[in-house]
Amino acid sequence: MASDKVKVFTDANFGDEVKNGVVLVDFWATWCAPCRRIAPIVDQLAEEYNGKLTVAKVDIDENPMTPSKFMVRGIPTLLLFKNGELQETVVGLESKDRLAQIIDKHL
Amino acid sequence: MSTHKQVIIIGSGPAGLTAALYTSRANLKPLLIEGVEAGGQLMLTTLVENYPGFRAGVLGPDLMGEMRAQAEHFGAEIMQGDVSSVDLSERPFKINVDKTQYTADALIIATGASAKWLDLGVDKKLSGRGVSTCATCDGFFFKGLPVAVVGGGDTAMEEAIYLSKLATQVTVIHRRDTLRASKVMQDKALSTPNISFLWNKEVVDIKDLEQGKVTSLVLRDTTNGEQSELAVDGVFIGIGHNPNTALFKGQLAMHDNGYLKTHDGSRTSVAGVFAAGDVQDHIYRQAVTAAGSGCMAAIDAERFLSGTLHESSHQSAVSS
Repeated sequence: MASDKVKVFTDANFGDEVKNGVVLVDFWATWCAPCRRIAPIVDQLAEEYNGKLTVAKVDIDENPMTPSKFMVRGIPTLLLFKNGELQETVVGLESKDRLAQIIDKHL
Repeated sequence: MSTHKQVIIIGSGPAGLTAALYTSRANLKPLLIEGVEAGGQLMLTTLVENYPGFRAGVLGPDLMGEMRAQAEHFGAEIMQGDVSSVDLSERPFKINVDKTQYTADALIIATGASAKWLDLGVDKKLSGRGVSTCATCDGFFFKGLPVAVVGGGDTAMEEAIYLSKLATQVTVIHRRDTLRASKVMQDKALSTPNISFLWNKEVVDIKDLEQGKVTSLVLRDTTNGEQSELAVDGVFIGIGHNPNTALFKGQLAMHDNGYLKTHDGSRTSVAGVFAAGDVQDHIYRQAVTAAGSGCMAAIDAERFLSGTLHESSHQSAVSS
């Protein structure tokens, strides 16, 4: 079951949503098999970092502008923002441990 | 604190899941640790037409879903997680997942193989920016754009055929003048109108790192060394695989190419550690052979645990 701590961002609200704090965004699509593998890890991170980190998903089929703006040309891609600035780009699959290390650097 | 299991299986492709099926049916209550590439390479394929029992083919992710459900049905415990280190110097073996330790009397390694990169450095830097090893994942981003596929085997042909439905033009770049791919795949690719071939060419550079995206490939002719440039928006690499054996370096015997050495069925150089699937097979590399060797590893592990697996026994493994 997807965590209710994971927000859904769209092209319309993306800019506003990443403006404050540390935000991890998972770019995905329904047809992307590896995205389904990273989804439970993203859910767990949302639960464990609740209050310290905002975690969100962007469906690239419904929101083509945002991936193109950040030159996302492969999914899954995770982008980490701090106060609106892009800090980290993680392309493809990573273990939860490794992702936690990347997040911790920016908290 | 550590959790003890009779059998631990690392990897969740056809080899790992078949080993889980057989060991759970043997009541060994196996724990399978799936790894970050859960489901293995088949999760990235589309229609699998050569797995016996499916005359109309079966989608790779569906096949893996069924295998997983079947193993779980018989009581296999499947856990998400990526093994960070192992200690095979004594029994029980130690298997660490992040900060949690597991111990096992027998270990089945089915960690498979992962797509190879070009070793240019720049290809990894532009990963997710136009360089990909997975057409079904990333082809979407190249609708109406020209792309290239590097390689001459089945993987490369499958990628080219998939991409031909999205991209304007697919150029296959191959180091030789003949394909290694199976006849069926070759015929399909060669007869697709928007797939073209550049023979005897290798990729020596990918541009443009400064723009942070792929704009062109620099190619070298393998016969005369002449360089040329091909403008593309994406490049898909299908040049083969590397075994996932880094965890076992210095602990298990390996071939020069990094694949695990096995003998007398699925046995590795350490008694009680068995290997199955692509991690120990650089020759056949099929879903069905992986599943078959997963079954062998399970039977070997079961016999090892019951004390009936004898060193260098060459007798047939069929008993039932």
